[in-house]
Amino acid sequence: MREIRYYEALIEAMAEEMRLDENVFLMGEDIGLFGGTFRATEGLMAEFGGRRVRDTPIAEAGIVGLALGAALAGLRPVPELMTMNFAMVAMDQIINHVAKMTYMFGGQCKIPITIRAPGGGGTQKAAQHSHSIESWFVNAPGIRVVIPSTPYDAKGLLKSSIRSDDPVLFIEHEMLYSIQGPVPEGEYLIPLGEADVKRRGSDLTIVAWSKMVHEALRAAERLAEEGIEAEVIDPRSLDPFDWDAVYTSVARTRRCVVVEEGWRTVGVGAEIAARVQEHLFHELDAPVQRVAAADVPLPYARNLEQAALPGADDIVRAALKITT
Amino acid sequence: MDLSRDALLDAYRQMRTIRGFEEKLAELVTAGKLAGFLHLYAGEEAVAVGVCSHLSDRDIVTSTHRGHGHCIAKGVDVRGMMAELFGRSTGICKGKGGSMHIADLDRGMLGANGIVGAGIPLATGAALTAKLKRNGGVAVAFFGDGATNQGQFHEALNIAAVWCLPAIYVVENNGYGEATPTEFVTPVKDIAERAASYAMPSAVVDGMDFFDVRAKAGEAIARAREGGGPTLLECKTYRYYGHYVGDPLTYRRKEEAEEVRQLRDPLDLLERRAVEAGVVDADALRAIDGEVAAELEAAVAWAEQSPLPTADDVLRDVYVSG
Ligand SMILES: Cc1ncc(C[n+]2csc(CCOP(=O)(O)OP(=O)(O)O)c2C)c(N)n1
Ligand SMILES: [Mg+2]
Repeated sequence: MREIRYYEALIEAMAEEMRLDENVFLMGEDIGLFGGTFRATEGLMAEFGGRRVRDTPIAEAGIVGLALGAALAGLRPVPELMTMNFAMVAMDQIINHVAKMTYMFGGQCKIPITIRAPGGGGTQKAAQHSHSIESWFVNAPGIRVVIPSTPYDAKGLLKSSIRSDDPVLFIEHEMLYSIQGPVPEGEYLIPLGEADVKRRGSDLTIVAWSKMVHEALRAAERLAEEGIEAEVIDPRSLDPFDWDAVYTSVARTRRCVVVEEGWRTVGVGAEIAARVQEHLFHELDAPVQRVAAADVPLPYARNLEQAALPGADDIVRAALKITT
Repeated sequence: MDLSRDALLDAYRQMRTIRGFEEKLAELVTAGKLAGFLHLYAGEEAVAVGVCSHLSDRDIVTSTHRGHGHCIAKGVDVRGMMAELFGRSTGICKGKGGSMHIADLDRGMLGANGIVGAGIPLATGAALTAKLKRNGGVAVAFFGDGATNQGQFHEALNIAAVWCLPAIYVVENNGYGEATPTEFVTPVKDIAERAASYAMPSAVVDGMDFFDVRAKAGEAIARAREGGGPTLLECKTYRYYGHYVGDPLTYRRKEEAEEVRQLRDPLDLLERRAVEAGVVDADALRAIDGEVAAELEAAVAWAEQSPLPTADDVLRDVYVSG
């Protein structure tokens, strides 16, 4: 199968959906002429023109609010926030409006919006530019949260997100854009809410998403050298969440480590750990472990940043704690 | 020329320090010695230095992602800044902030800021403080043209106007917000026009000309100190390096920066005017160039030799109460 980069997979997904549906349009900062800060909209203005690929001012609250209005009035907007960090500027529109309208209006309206934004740290951009805040949005009902780790998943999930009549926050990762992976030529969709087993194993289950999938796979290789076979499950979307996939795996391995790049306290991992123990208390051989970022604004200095962020080492340590 | 020789030499030294600091950083990044995400102020020196030439430590400034120039003009120690960029414990923020979060509260420097537009209300709050404490201080917000399309800009200017706060809003219009030309996203010809919505005085300033910045900022700051309320100053300027170090610059003509350098370089302009007026001679300026270069070399050496923060430092400073 051909290999393409994560950002190229995203471009293909948007281009295909725009060809299929006149109502799909893009807007965001530097997405048109420039092709996107992370190249994820490169070539789309050339194909679809400035009518459907719209460069906006730096105005995130406006961008999301406009997308909502356009969705209510009949379009299918795919706004880009240059990074997840700026979702905070648009928080009122995202949580108070986008995520609630369908419910508040008694189910009268669809909100077919896909907000794309890259998150994540690891490049010394410091505290305001390194967020993994997916848990905030998972906490709020009414908005789907999709968070792919590979080019293949990125393409199939973005297409499904754009077709979804519910709003989706589609979280990319700054450090994944350039990774390569197999992506078939033809069209395919990946339904939201379907986990993927990224590695098979029988001794413990590691649940991880986005960049942490890659850290988990590295950790699994190292554990294998010690004779411990880890299964790595990538939920791919956090809302909807494929609980069955996690329960089935943990019921078999009897041990679970949950990994996330965001803060530990009240993170998504806390929810997963809680549900796994509610559901499988008697099947577990050890307490569910959480690996996450230190509860601090991400520091700038390289050594501090590395210390604050979770990585393969931390995963190995957590796994060894419950397997040996 | 209303400026003394000393004042001119000081201004030149600061502008040269900013230029040298930024050139040094570009060099260090290119050599792989510095990482991070660095937005350089080279080309815009006259704005920060012209405005800050009227300020003292009791006056407050807020800054942006492109903040090194504001720090230097406000008197922040370049060694502490350099160590910060090297992520050392001797950095002005102990290596925790980095380029986009350099701050020095003792100098009235409330921080570079990674969020476009976010510094504007902070300066407004500092202006409110000066007014309530009646301490004669003013607050200056520096921000880019792009920031004036954010809600926070409009919210803050409106409040400052109705409360008659001693605030000065300095737009550094360098023609671009990242890769987007200002005129693509801003309908007014001059951003200064936006002050009309808030019944606020404003001026268009040649941001490459230290003397023009100094004159118009001086008026605005004097008015603010006397209780006359806020002003919006639009300084037309230019950034030589692009948005950040490593910017592919596909969105502007290759020659553009060189043309500006040839015709409107703020250091050249200052030198020409000052020498022509007979207030300083070129030799004095060359001597400053040498001193600044040596100071920056020393800052790099000191930063490189400074200790890294320790693992314990990760968890410190989240709260002051421990
Ligand atoms: C709220 C927010 N949105 C987007 C960004 C990304 N960003 C950083 S600088 C910048 C351009 C800012 O342009 P301008 O205000 O003109 O300042 P300049 O960089 O030209 O000095 C953008 C879009 C950000 N940091 N914060
Ligand atoms: Mg600008």
